[in-house]
Amino acid sequence: MRRETLINTVLTLGLLAVPLAAWAMDEPYTITLATKVVILALAGVGLNLALGLGGLVSLGHAMFFGIGGYAAGILASHAQSYDPIMEWPFLIEGTQSMPVIWLLAIVVSALVALATGALSLRTSGVYFIMITLAFGQMFYYFTISWPAYGGEDGLSIYVRDRFPGLNTLDPMHFFGLCFALLMLGLFIVARISRSGFGLALNAARQNEARVRAVGIEPYRLRLIAFVISGAITGLAGALYADLNRFVSPVMFSWQTSGEIMIFVILGGVARLFGPVAGAALFIILEEVLGGVSDYWHIYLGALLLIVVLFARGGLIGLLAGRNGGGGHD
Amino acid sequence: MTESLLDIRGISKSFGALKASDDVSLDLKQGEIHALIGPNGAGKSTLIAQIAGSLRPDSGEVWLEGRNVTHHDTVARANAGLGRTFQISSLAMEDTVLQNAVLGALGARHRVPGVWRPVMRDSDLRATAIEALREVGLEEFAHFRTADLSHGQRRQLEVAVALTLRPHVFLMDEPMAGLGAEGSAILVEFLRNLKSRAPILLVEHDMDAVFQLADRISVLVYGRIIATGSPDEIRANREVREAYLGEEDEE
Repeated sequence: MRRETLINTVLTLGLLAVPLAAWAMDEPYTITLATKVVILALAGVGLNLALGLGGLVSLGHAMFFGIGGYAAGILASHAQSYDPIMEWPFLIEGTQSMPVIWLLAIVVSALVALATGALSLRTSGVYFIMITLAFGQMFYYFTISWPAYGGEDGLSIYVRDRFPGLNTLDPMHFFGLCFALLMLGLFIVARISRSGFGLALNAARQNEARVRAVGIEPYRLRLIAFVISGAITGLAGALYADLNRFVSPVMFSWQTSGEIMIFVILGGVARLFGPVAGAALFIILEEVLGGVSDYWHIYLGALLLIVVLFARGGLIGLLAGRNGGGGHD
Repeated sequence: MTESLLDIRGISKSFGALKASDDVSLDLKQGEIHALIGPNGAGKSTLIAQIAGSLRPDSGEVWLEGRNVTHHDTVARANAGLGRTFQISSLAMEDTVLQNAVLGALGARHRVPGVWRPVMRDSDLRATAIEALREVGLEEFAHFRTADLSHGQRRQLEVAVALTLRPHVFLMDEPMAGLGAEGSAILVEFLRNLKSRAPILLVEHDMDAVFQLADRISVLVYGRIIATGSPDEIRANREVREAYLGEEDEE
């Protein structure tokens, strides 16, 4: 077994063991923390496809995270108030069914990624960063000033949305659901990065002229990657809303984009399990250092600096050594 | 007269007052190597960029296999059958040698690559890639990281990737650059055999290689083609000797 595969397995088992132990010891807060790690990791897995494989430094992924969150929040709020979203020309009612909410989160995120990506991918480098940032901020200020759904105060989901056959109010059930989706997300990204599309996307990150010269248009590859990436992060946003039973414009803020990027960088850019390791480390630091000092972000900043300067492969890179070339055989 | 596979018709390109390409016409016929030579600053790179599609000429046309591709970009021209190699190796350096070759084979399929099936287990792509690597003598380096290759090996890989495209026309930008005498000799032999598969427009600094290989030579000076002819004609041409080959040849 490759060393990175071993580390990934250990991470997966650890991520399962912590909430199971907490469940046995009846500590629901730890289960909630583990669920938070899983959801944030999924958001990072989405970003990692664009950032790691595609080299697209998107500072706008909060946009998709927020869209997923508001998809959950809006549908749930209409279901809670028995007030249909629209009655004419056909009736659309709110829902508290997770599969429907997820589908909506994924579809809307993908469509928004298609539109924003089509424009922003015409630029590169620092311009791409600024345009994605700007799109994210547009959503942020829009939700703040949109009174229909709570504006600045956000929206509450009084009872967690439901999934057929599970009791989502049980922290362990909800954890299992999120964990399964994270595994699915990782599987999809692993498949994509080993595919012809992944090979070409990764090559376009390294050398755009080469990819053009073999007759493949990098823009199209990047747009597809951006859409899939946005859809995955959008799904994570819907889960996050249900974890907190609350959504607010903060989900759209650029700090959220930055945090998702921090998970990826801490864990290891372009490493399949990088976002998982990064999100876990982030939450552990937040809990441990946050208990010691309100200014724990200073230590996070220092750690980030060390990773960027001395350990480009992040936590996974530090443990597994050099990457064998984009995850291909 | 055989039909030209690649036909450059009166291309001009100016940057401000500088005429980088001045009414350049040249063509490439089936089975030949047509070499383009010229001193530094003659406008070779600008001309290549216009043939490859990364630069649009101000006037003039580029025809590829009877089709006007003047307004096609690099991607469209690659798909239309133009296989180019770069002067400075242009490869995915973090990827393996085999992955670079597979990328070429993937591009030759002329469709957006699939997102689901593992590409390195695609036996057709692999076979094409390995065959190309074998032809240039890189087969045993297939699993090396491209960044770990020597300069000369990267040049070979450039050619291998172009082979995987199964192009109808090769455009080679100084493939011998930095190869050393032995490497050059091998590549000269290789190109001599390759031209029967697809004709080669060869831009090259190595004069020995050019005069050994070329069926025709065009000489570019200050953006203008001052002469086109067989190696013997070019060697005998006074204008070329004055402008380019220099005093060293004068007795």
